[in-house]
Amino acid sequence: MTSGEIRETVLDILANIAPDEDLSELKDDVSFREQLELDSMDFLDIVMELRKRHRIQIPEDDYVELASMQSTVRYLEPLMKDLQKA
Amino acid sequence: MAELSDEHRVVITGVGLTAPNGDTLRDFRTALLEGRSGVRKYDIRYVGETLAGVCEFNEQKYQTRKDRRRGTRAASVAIFSTNEAIVDAGLDWPNVDKSRVGIYIGVTEHGNVETENEIFELKGFDYDTKFWSHHHNPRTVANNPAGEVSLNLGVTGPHYTIGAACAAGNAGLIQGVQMLRLRECDVALSGGVSESIHTFGIFASFKSQGALATHDDPTKASRPFDRGRNGIVVAEGGCMYVLERFADAKARGAKIYGEIAGYAMNSDANDFVLPHPERQAECMELALKRAGITADEIDIVSTHATGTSSGDIQECLALRRVFGDKQVLFNNAKSFIGHAMGAAGALELAGNLPAFEDGYCHATINVEDLDPECALDGLVLNEPRETHQPRYILNNSFGMLGINSVLIVKKV
Repeated sequence: MTSGEIRETVLDILANIAPDEDLSELKDDVSFREQLELDSMDFLDIVMELRKRHRIQIPEDDYVELASMQSTVRYLEPLMKDLQKA
Repeated sequence: MAELSDEHRVVITGVGLTAPNGDTLRDFRTALLEGRSGVRKYDIRYVGETLAGVCEFNEQKYQTRKDRRRGTRAASVAIFSTNEAIVDAGLDWPNVDKSRVGIYIGVTEHGNVETENEIFELKGFDYDTKFWSHHHNPRTVANNPAGEVSLNLGVTGPHYTIGAACAAGNAGLIQGVQMLRLRECDVALSGGVSESIHTFGIFASFKSQGALATHDDPTKASRPFDRGRNGIVVAEGGCMYVLERFADAKARGAKIYGEIAGYAMNSDANDFVLPHPERQAECMELALKRAGITADEIDIVSTHATGTSSGDIQECLALRRVFGDKQVLFNNAKSFIGHAMGAAGALELAGNLPAFEDGYCHATINVEDLDPECALDGLVLNEPRETHQPRYILNNSFGMLGINSVLIVKKV
């Protein structure tokens, strides 16, 4: 997957987790929490969806990497580079 | 209870509901008077095509999509019904002291839907539990439907569910009455809910028990008292009430649907699933005694009968013992919507409350060949019957493990 495809994947997960939010204006360099109403259960949902959809295991110590779209994509790139977009 | 002060009398000031044939009291009542069923064909995982009473209320009316996704269907039913009841009661909700509000919701069961869904999902991951949802526990704790209502409405008073099988709707109301009398709260949000049609287990279990209704015409499948009855139609639904002490309701000029004049709960201590007419009769008699009235003062009895071969007969035995040859009318709402489990008692009472205003007793429908063992004199068959200024309604709700609940509501 390219970084653009990874972004699309994360965006799709966010749309599912936060269905009331408008994600069209999401700023990649600003933290999710500053832009969206997300709590710890929502971040666990992101982790779970990545696990379910792409079999990606994210250790608890790395959850901080999921703070913003930019940091999330950067963190996922090496983990997802060999995956094909479904 | 007959001599209670206004501070101890408890009245109904708001009703909110969702039923398979109506999402407001007005629509539900109209459907009952017009003989409109809410039962349809229904598909559920593993069981396949069956029948059910299905609700179609607007979940997004009082919930964000995110809250709905995170929560449960049972809670969604409860949130819709409770909000509707509060609006109906005309409470100045923003200024109600939320720490003085209690939420008491009867449930037949809770958590089966979510557990079944999770196991179904997990199967796709070869039962590897690291794919098990972190939402499982908050969704399946027994207080979930009441807890989600407290979150939705910002209620900081007590909230819990009352697990009481199919006697639960009445049990939720009884809890509310008791808490108001104990001054544990000033407003009780009470009633019952059920999301059971979303679990295959309830259908499969009734089927294995030989107690799941079948019929070519779904609207004719639920037929209590008819010789051709062959079991229960499972339904979902919810009915929540705003209860207040009469003194408070009077002071704010609230519309009053009726007063909870008497109630009783008891146990058969007899069998896991079979009803016990003696205990049912004792429960009705205790409720009458507490209301300070005799059986001949009851105008309408909303029966529990579910359409099983033995259960309907057992209840009729109990009704004959209590009411004998007295001029009482008997009806049944399950014949229209099926068995709404934890919501049944609360919904069936709601369907009868407008009788105080419109003077009609709705019928029990689908009786084409009355079972002689169920042939109560006052059974209102297939068409509503006009009744002269009814003053008292008695509402029966019984459940598995031998749990009985009876409510008596008086016109104020």
